[in-house]
Amino acid sequence: MKGVAQAAKMSAAGIFTGAVNGIFGGGGGMLVVPLLQANGRQPLAAHATAILIILPVCFASAVVYLCGGWFDAELFLAVGIGVLAGGAAGARLLGSITPASATLVFAAVMFAAGVRMIV
Amino acid sequence: MRFLVYFCAGLAGGVLGGMGMGGGCVLIPILTVLCGVPQHMAQSVNLLTFLPMAAVSLRVHAKNGLLDTRGVLWTIVPATLLSVLGGLFVQGIPGGALRVGFGVFLCLLSLYQLASGVRQLRGGQQAGGQQSGRKQQNSEQ
Repeated sequence: MKGVAQAAKMSAAGIFTGAVNGIFGGGGGMLVVPLLQANGRQPLAAHATAILIILPVCFASAVVYLCGGWFDAELFLAVGIGVLAGGAAGARLLGSITPASATLVFAAVMFAAGVRMIV
Repeated sequence: MRFLVYFCAGLAGGVLGGMGMGGGCVLIPILTVLCGVPQHMAQSVNLLTFLPMAAVSLRVHAKNGLLDTRGVLWTIVPATLLSVLGGLFVQGIPGGALRVGFGVFLCLLSLYQLASGVRQLRGGQQAGGQQSGRKQQNSEQ
């Protein structure tokens, strides 16, 4: 019974995560990390495994956006190269930073960006 | 010049994304607020550029033994279905409204992050300082 409850909990989280990721074009990973940690994974493993979960989810919603006509070759190429280079660096950095301090700085930046977008 | 600005935006989002901290949450506001990219376009570029970045990060994480795949399909399958529905839903939403919605989402997410960061700091102190806890984690891998 414990396994069924666990599966139901993970599916419910998937429904919420997927809806948010489709509507806002991202952010799903932010929701999956605490879910995985609640299921007993270590913080580093949760961060890594979240990427595995979000990969097919982002692929599916990317197809929907592209079909909706949201494509700009120069923008996509420039951002794509930047994200690829930054992503490789970030994955290596993961083992060498203090998670709490990174989280706090990140929270402050996101809050400022959020307020700027509302007003 | 346009190319260089977009490249730097991608770099910033990529570093955070590679650490599994939701690089899109930074990339999308940088693109819309600082670079004037339409909201839907920024969301589309975030989704698409995440794919190769995620593949690269996954390889590094797998090599470091950080992947834990137990039961992940229970989350992946419903999340993928709902992400398609969510994507279809916002195709008809005006960019301005979507941008405000995204701003609210970011604020909520940052408050949650703030709370968990403070919790981590407190937990680290109780366990005899965060640095020692961190070293323990690394040696377990």
